[in-house]
Amino acid sequence: MAGIPHDHYEPKSGGEKWLHTRLPIVGLLYDTLMIPTPKNLNWMWIWGIILTFCLVLQIVTGIVLAMHYTPHVDLAFASVEHIMRDVNGGYMLRYLHANGASLFFVAVYAHIFRGLYYGSYKAPREITWIIGMIIYLAMMGTAFMGYVLPWGQMSFWGATVITGLFGAIPGVGEMLQTWLLGGPAVDNATLNRFFSLHYLLPFVIAGLVAVHIWAFHTTGNNNPTGVEVRRTSKEDAAKDTLPFWPYFVIKDLFALGVVMIVFWAVVGFMPNYLGHPDNYIEANALATPAHIVPEWYFLPFYAILRAFTADVWVVQLVSFVTGGIVDAKFFGVAAMFGAIAVMALAPWLDTSSVRSGRYRPMFKWWFALLCVDFIVLMWVGAMPTDEPYATISLIASAYWFGYFLVILPLLGVIEKPLARPATIEEDFDAHYPAKGSDSVAASE
Amino acid sequence: MLKKLSLVAVSAVAFASGAFAAGDAGHTHDVDFSYEGPFGTYDQNQLQRGLQVYTEVCSSCHGLKFVPMRTLADEGGPMLPEDQMKAYAKAFPINDELANPQLFDKDLEEYRTLKPTDNFPALESANAPDLSLMAKARSGFHGPYGLGINQFVNGIGGAEYIASILTGYTGEEKEEAGTTFYENTAFPGGWIAMAPPLYGDDVEYADGHSADLHHVAEDVAAFLRWTAEPHQDARKRTGFVAVFFLIILTVLLYLTNKRLWAPIKRKG
Repeated sequence: MAGIPHDHYEPKSGGEKWLHTRLPIVGLLYDTLMIPTPKNLNWMWIWGIILTFCLVLQIVTGIVLAMHYTPHVDLAFASVEHIMRDVNGGYMLRYLHANGASLFFVAVYAHIFRGLYYGSYKAPREITWIIGMIIYLAMMGTAFMGYVLPWGQMSFWGATVITGLFGAIPGVGEMLQTWLLGGPAVDNATLNRFFSLHYLLPFVIAGLVAVHIWAFHTTGNNNPTGVEVRRTSKEDAAKDTLPFWPYFVIKDLFALGVVMIVFWAVVGFMPNYLGHPDNYIEANALATPAHIVPEWYFLPFYAILRAFTADVWVVQLVSFVTGGIVDAKFFGVAAMFGAIAVMALAPWLDTSSVRSGRYRPMFKWWFALLCVDFIVLMWVGAMPTDEPYATISLIASAYWFGYFLVILPLLGVIEKPLARPATIEEDFDAHYPAKGSDSVAASE
Repeated sequence: MLKKLSLVAVSAVAFASGAFAAGDAGHTHDVDFSYEGPFGTYDQNQLQRGLQVYTEVCSSCHGLKFVPMRTLADEGGPMLPEDQMKAYAKAFPINDELANPQLFDKDLEEYRTLKPTDNFPALESANAPDLSLMAKARSGFHGPYGLGINQFVNGIGGAEYIASILTGYTGEEKEEAGTTFYENTAFPGGWIAMAPPLYGDDVEYADGHSADLHHVAEDVAAFLRWTAEPHQDARKRTGFVAVFFLIILTVLLYLTNKRLWAPIKRKG
């Protein structure tokens, strides 16, 4: 692996050498596990491990659930109840899987916002960032299709609304929607293909995760200072870093333990808190629920989708300019996907030469506002569309775009960054000053 | 033609119920159920009383199609003795038109032999919803301001909603398009198509427990909470064991991590 200079795996015994010349797999595992990692990483750098754990949890519980589930409109709901009542430990498997999806998104949002604050998306880590965004999109697709499988009211109507978004695309929309659904409406064909794709996509995600890790193992981790590890020599690099094993493995496992305590408490004591009661009613194409609400992790982007109604002047202007091809519905869809696209383009929209938000006095406040904005969007996405929620969601959506398209490019020009430490070692020593020359020697 | 007409009728009902749901939410009163909180478990006696209420009153219209009768003897449920559970199941005739209207297939216009089933019968005749999952399919508590705090503190409140519906009748009625609606303070929109099913002293409990309206309503609500979440007690036990051992593991990992980093952070 290129990048930070460090000791590589050296096969010693005859057997090791024999294997290494044919397949350097031990070397790959060794270099991955012993990768030099900036020693000043804080607690926001734990989410990657949590996310890896989530992926494994979802695949393992999902494979077992699939052994008992029936993807047919007449049987799906009953088969889920069969899992809940008759399958040994089935209720636990299903609640772990359903709440596992929520944990997955809690972790991915923490991971993304950490990257946004510490500038992890900036050169040379753009590829890591872009692959991360693709993983996030794949996660949303997987979660959405998984939510359809129990075939409850929210499954059915959520699927109807979301696939309807593709119908809003001018020209090819209707054709595309029919192709996605396998028919004119959400039905058995839809359920079957969603089940098939829900099983496939996690393995695609696993492959993307491997590339994500490969990319940042090539560039090295970012860290809270945003200052790069010294690569001048092995000795210099060793002053800024520690091997991933055991230092960060143990640290991350401790963090995983804390997260697991909360997670198991939710699964054990309030497994339906994050769900919607309507999904315990079997899907009925003739009865529309009073409020169709997506799962909590989709709400911010659902709010952006709904914010741009036909009475917003931007929508009217675009509709006029395009001769009505872009109507309010398509504008909303474009805004929703655009909200993720501007985030993916952050490496090129952020003009600041300083990586970490820690040394950017103005950026800090705009970023804090972005976090608040995200929470507000999540809240307003679950509310009805009347006032004052319509105005709130419009302002919050505008800020989301404003942050990436206006504030990030401008800040790089007008902001005066604070002084940064020259090295990671300097930052670490400032936090943990030497007590005297004897303190290091005192430990074993 | 008949099918088309019934489709229209069903969608009219669906539209009407949708319109009701869009109105103001009803009021659900909190009930202090034994199963609440991380340590709460079902009260077997209450579940048995609730089963009696369901059997003698609700079951004339409402089915429990997802609930296997054998689970009445399960631990964490009403825990009927094996012989009582079997006697209970025997009381449901199978190829009997009165008890199983689906014996006559309307589309084919002929009788079909029904297979015996594990489960309580599904009743679709009276246009009454199945109750297997009712306690999880409704929420009694909301807000404030869409923040979910009330549900966090009080629970989702499905059983409370059921108890509130059963005790929420004001006695007022009105007729609309040939259907009688009854005013109910707990029902969203205020008017429900179900006639008051309970008045108090509808059943006589073998254990001599009070059978006034509130007790009967709460007992059957608790029973329906069990039919919706039959493994709740076992799930909470699993959760408790998991959290307990995870805390021990996490403390050990914390100490390991502290020791591991001590020389690096010069705290050794």
